[in-house]
Amino acid sequence: MSEDNAKLTSSLLYLDNVQVTFDGYRALRGLSLALASGEMRAIIGPNGAGKTTMMDVITGKARPDVGDVYFEGRHDLTLLDEAEIATLGVGRKFQKPTVFENHSVNDNILLAAKAPRGVRATLCAKGSAAINQNIAGILERIRLGDVSARLAGALSHGQKQWLEIGMLLAQDPKLLLIDEPVAGMTDAETAATAAMLKEIAKRHSVVVVEHDMAFVRELGVKVTVLHEGAVLAEGSLDQVSADERVVEVYLGR
Amino acid sequence: MSRQLDFAGWIFVAVMALAAVLVPIAALGTPEGAALHMPTYLVQLFGKYLCYAILAVALDLVWGYCGILSLGHGAFFALGGYAMGMYLMRQIGARGVYANPNLPDFMVFLNWHSLPVAWWGFNGFAYAMLMVVLAPGLLALAFGWFAFRSRVTGVYLSIITQAMTFALYKEFFRNDFGFGGNNGLTDFKDLLGFPLQSDAVKVGLFSISAVALILCYLASRAIVRSKYGKALIAVRDAESRMRFLGYRVENIKLFAFVVSAVMAAIGGALYVPQVGIINPSEFAPGNSIEAAIWVAVGGRGTLVGAAIGAIAVNFAKTYFTGAIPEYWLFALGALFVGVTLFFPLGVMGLLRLGRKRNQVTTESAA
Repeated sequence: MSEDNAKLTSSLLYLDNVQVTFDGYRALRGLSLALASGEMRAIIGPNGAGKTTMMDVITGKARPDVGDVYFEGRHDLTLLDEAEIATLGVGRKFQKPTVFENHSVNDNILLAAKAPRGVRATLCAKGSAAINQNIAGILERIRLGDVSARLAGALSHGQKQWLEIGMLLAQDPKLLLIDEPVAGMTDAETAATAAMLKEIAKRHSVVVVEHDMAFVRELGVKVTVLHEGAVLAEGSLDQVSADERVVEVYLGR
Repeated sequence: MSRQLDFAGWIFVAVMALAAVLVPIAALGTPEGAALHMPTYLVQLFGKYLCYAILAVALDLVWGYCGILSLGHGAFFALGGYAMGMYLMRQIGARGVYANPNLPDFMVFLNWHSLPVAWWGFNGFAYAMLMVVLAPGLLALAFGWFAFRSRVTGVYLSIITQAMTFALYKEFFRNDFGFGGNNGLTDFKDLLGFPLQSDAVKVGLFSISAVALILCYLASRAIVRSKYGKALIAVRDAESRMRFLGYRVENIKLFAFVVSAVMAAIGGALYVPQVGIINPSEFAPGNSIEAAIWVAVGGRGTLVGAAIGAIAVNFAKTYFTGAIPEYWLFALGALFVGVTLFFPLGVMGLLRLGRKRNQVTTESAA
């Protein structure tokens, strides 16, 4: 127990024996995971392994039936809703890029940027040089500086993915959850995205869910393999790919 | 694009301001039969349209910018109207048919002996005006709080807003609810001592309505152009994304909904002295649906378009119900289907399209 407590308080994110059931389907069956502060982790696993459900639990979209989910060792995420969890410093990027299509690229970043979110604060919000500079800096990093005035809906698929990453940067969360960032990207875009994420990981803790093995290899971080709602293996990509059970269920060789 | 909208906005404000000044001159300052003379019945008719336009702008704020298709906004309009009607009833004093100085006629008729608590204070204008804003505002606050917190959205929300106005419709019909039952409130005499039958007061109410429309438009415009307005649109387009960004979506919706309800109520309060009656039929579900049609015809999410839609559709309604009354509902239905299918951006969408075409032709000519 004391060992658990030490692990809990030293971890940024701590999941213990999390179980989630949807209409009788057990999406998570005792998932346990600890993420250290500043760590970047890749999560892999076949379809239906519970990757997206895990993100739903962490961000407050789904409630576990059993189990603990703690952030920074003291916030019980199972008691909070999406907005409260986001305010604590958990950002999420969806598999399908979701940006505000009727807003300019600039305004997308503006809405995401760290600032008071209340009705009165937003009604009275004034633009400032510092805010514009911050936005311009982020747009530069996500390679969208030239298209800042364009409507987000008019961007290419890859650019939307980057814009969403930019929105996460602007939000400046302590923990970033990123769901399949390179799905549908060209090889060049994939390489650029890997560079962006590595850059982000220098200052944030990141959890990336990804199918693309080449991409995971490029990230070069610790890998957790999920299978049927629980952790199957954990370690470097080489270690887990050598694990017979992983090979059996996932790599299919 | 925003500059074009701006342009339309300023033209709209200028036209309304001119109307507020010129219509009184045309109605009162010119002799009857003069070319520019405007008969007061026409002034009153347009005054009514302006109140509908306020309702339309209010509805556009929540529907066009936040995706909340309220099919119960007529209820807020009617509640504002009832609050004003109650004040006007109390102003009648002993001049009613039964000449009872303490009770409105319908209460004497129902054999009531004292004024119900809900009516207390309504002989004061300031209190009545407070109620115009407060009663619908609080209803919207309570309704919205439950609905948005429970994440009721889309067609389900539209249905419960219909249920809300239908429930009020039924309730106001009952005599013992205490607001005049089926007949509603009527036979008004004067407002702040000014006789409602005089031409000058009728024309004055028109001008006040025009000014109120301008103010509601400018307030809505300021709201949608603020960062809050951007958040409102973002909620409309990707609600859950906003939650994961840390925005309290229910609060964002609630604020717009309450502001919109209050605006609708102001429209209703100005409507009642101009038409001289308020009765439960104002709560009829069909009225709220019609308001949504005005907004759709004018162009959702444009504010100016909503006002234009309200005025244009009601003008057509006045004409059709006079000329070929049996076809009006068909025409209205056809208009709604036609606009939805072919001009999803309404009149404003057409204007913008025309403008773009002109630009293209001038560019190619150059």
